[in-house]
Amino acid sequence: MSLWRKLPYVLLALVLAASLAANWLAPAGYARQYREATDAPPSHAHWLGTDELGRDRFSRVLYGTRISLLLAPAAALLSALLAALIGGLAGYLGGMWARMAMAVTDLFLSLPWLFLLITARALMPLNVSPLVSVMVTFLLLGLLGWTTAARVLCASAGTLRTADFVRQARAAGLPGLRLFWVHVVPNLKPVLYAQFWISIPVFILSEANLGILGLGVAEPMPSWGSLLKELEGLVSVGEEPWKFVPLILLVVVVTSFQSLLSRREEVAA
Amino acid sequence: MKCHIRNSERRACWQAIAITAICVALAAQATAQGGGELRFCLRAEPKTFHPLKVDDDASAAIRYLTGGVLVRVNRQTQQLEPGLAVSWNVSKDGREISFRLRSGVTFSDGTPFSAGDVAYTIQQLMDPALHSSTGDAFRSGAGNVETKVLSPTQISIRFPAQVAGLDRLFDQVAILSQHSPKKEMAVLGPFLVSDYTPGATVLLQRNPNYWKTDDRGRKLPYLDSIRLDIQPNRDVELLRFKRGELDLINSLDSTYFDKLAETSPQLVHDAGPSLDSEQLWFNEVTKAPISGYKKNWFHSANFRRAISEAINREDMARVVFHGHAQPAAGPFSPANLFWFNNRLKPQAYSPDAALKALQSEGFRLENGTLKDKDGNAVVFSIATNSGNKARESMAVLIQDDLQKIGIHVNVVTLDFPSLIERMMQTFDYEAILLGLTNVDLDPNGEMNVWLSSSENHQWNPQQKVPETAWEAEIDRLMRVQASASDANKRKEAFDRVQEIAVEEEPFIFLVNKNALSAVATTVHGAAPVILSPQTFWNAERLTVSPK
Repeated sequence: MSLWRKLPYVLLALVLAASLAANWLAPAGYARQYREATDAPPSHAHWLGTDELGRDRFSRVLYGTRISLLLAPAAALLSALLAALIGGLAGYLGGMWARMAMAVTDLFLSLPWLFLLITARALMPLNVSPLVSVMVTFLLLGLLGWTTAARVLCASAGTLRTADFVRQARAAGLPGLRLFWVHVVPNLKPVLYAQFWISIPVFILSEANLGILGLGVAEPMPSWGSLLKELEGLVSVGEEPWKFVPLILLVVVVTSFQSLLSRREEVAA
Repeated sequence: MKCHIRNSERRACWQAIAITAICVALAAQATAQGGGELRFCLRAEPKTFHPLKVDDDASAAIRYLTGGVLVRVNRQTQQLEPGLAVSWNVSKDGREISFRLRSGVTFSDGTPFSAGDVAYTIQQLMDPALHSSTGDAFRSGAGNVETKVLSPTQISIRFPAQVAGLDRLFDQVAILSQHSPKKEMAVLGPFLVSDYTPGATVLLQRNPNYWKTDDRGRKLPYLDSIRLDIQPNRDVELLRFKRGELDLINSLDSTYFDKLAETSPQLVHDAGPSLDSEQLWFNEVTKAPISGYKKNWFHSANFRRAISEAINREDMARVVFHGHAQPAAGPFSPANLFWFNNRLKPQAYSPDAALKALQSEGFRLENGTLKDKDGNAVVFSIATNSGNKARESMAVLIQDDLQKIGIHVNVVTLDFPSLIERMMQTFDYEAILLGLTNVDLDPNGEMNVWLSSSENHQWNPQQKVPETAWEAEIDRLMRVQASASDANKRKEAFDRVQEIAVEEEPFIFLVNKNALSAVATTVHGAAPVILSPQTFWNAERLTVSPK
């Protein structure tokens, strides 16, 4: 394997390892405020400077990466599984089931999620710890983010339903559920993987946007979303380039994931 | 075929052209003062151009620029000055005010102004069907307001009960014309609305009939026009100001202020502490759906005082507002020259003293966590409105400060409607961090906050009878200040209200933000102040030179 082909693995491994070793690598806790050095540029003491409350940005990036890198894929996995179950099964069964499932999906797609999330937040107790808040946020994202993927999977499963090898298996007497599990699901995997990887950056950015509803990761816990918020109101890229590190990290991680995905598809083909 | 023109004819032709050009220029000068056009942003669509129906900032800005008032509060000195009235007198019982009006004044459409217009305006203002929030300030008791036109330049107005600070309230009352066919669009102020494109622009032209002149007898205003762009986005506003497309920015955010100061320090103005305050309060509502032991903490003045003592206000002003704020001493800012109680000083930061005070109440520190006498860990949430970066940062600083004495705070940001619902209806919250925007210098403007029966008595609203002795005392003192006609007696009563508020800390006052603004160098005569409208309070004397 060439170095170029190994690069995504290396990058992902490095980022993951660094985030998991945050307790040892970070020069300070993510909540520690150096109030005499707020909004400081990079220095020996603070490699990526400090934020507006004087918190060490490098430490916050490490801890934030851990949260986003573990929980966004978890939410993406939950939504992909729901999409496979609802969309895949509906597409495979076809007819009335497919129409009903797609009607429900369309209904979900047309719902004003913003208001539903506001209602969800209003129902939640206020006094929840940052850890619970982060879990609830990603759980909600996972539970609500399956609809688009379900439509794609329903269409793919519908095509497979009439494929020759499925007809042959059905003619050979293979029971419906086993046929779905053995012949349909493996062929849905590439679409499912694609939806899974696409969902990760979407969920990371959604978490950042949910912050304005009070649903995001609660302070003082960092996440890529809250770190990206620092870029709001930044007038020029050259002004404070170190603030772009979370964004660069997000791009690197998502690109690496995409690269691995396309590699797997090539191998499968 | 060639056309031959003689030299003398050619000369005559050039002379005619030159004379015409001079005439056009003179005509243009006759209609324009040469003061130029002032451009700035309204941050929301004005809800109305009717001056008596105003209850939003954008409409209030237009009312300020177009409305003619009997008396005007000078935004710089905070003193009352004559406007359309040359003199006035408030009766000893505080129920009646008489005005002597200027003669020879006309509305923008040429309709003459007289005492009849003032009577008509008061009648409209007090009409319950109009739902005027400006009129609400005059409603002192049951009964009708009587107006007596004594002559075209003299009028007296009698209210059913005493109205405290009566004369100053007329600063908000723009006089309407009784007879003009243009109704409320006929104005007595320095400018008139000439064009309005919803969602985009309000264009004001100078009022050619404005009565005021400068010291040299030159007619005011100097400006030819004011262009108000409707722009809610502050980033865009700042960008346009930097590009030279705008001349003023009111109420500048401290972050934007510093950014602008870095490159163009001559453009920014810090007028010092404003009237606005930021405060934290605990839920003291008896029926609130929160645990009983938490209610006990929140009802304890010692607990509230300890929390107040453990908050580092100096750091808050320096870190969150980049030094453009001052630690708050009490309910009124020192910017309110007359009503601020000079004996009050901001609470000193002392976590050790706070912890000692809590320990004397039975709280104890165990493994870094503060626990009450029943063993309940002291944990509560502070809610604030999402999208307000300064408040979110203040909440995180408080979280960190209180952590030092073992108190765990969960910071929650909510959209504004949800926060208001919890605050006003369900009372399902523990502590809230919000601000009070004060536009009124007089404490009467805060009656709805301090009276225990009021729905804006945030920590425990709408009490049938005051639940604590100190709230009963505040109620009494607020009524005393509202019913006394002697300004010193009023001040004495309100000074005591401020002292009780600081002793009991139902509101933990945090900081008073500074009044920050930006003015382009092309604007002459600007002197930004703390009172609204900060930068254009003297719009009639401003000029804008071309770049």
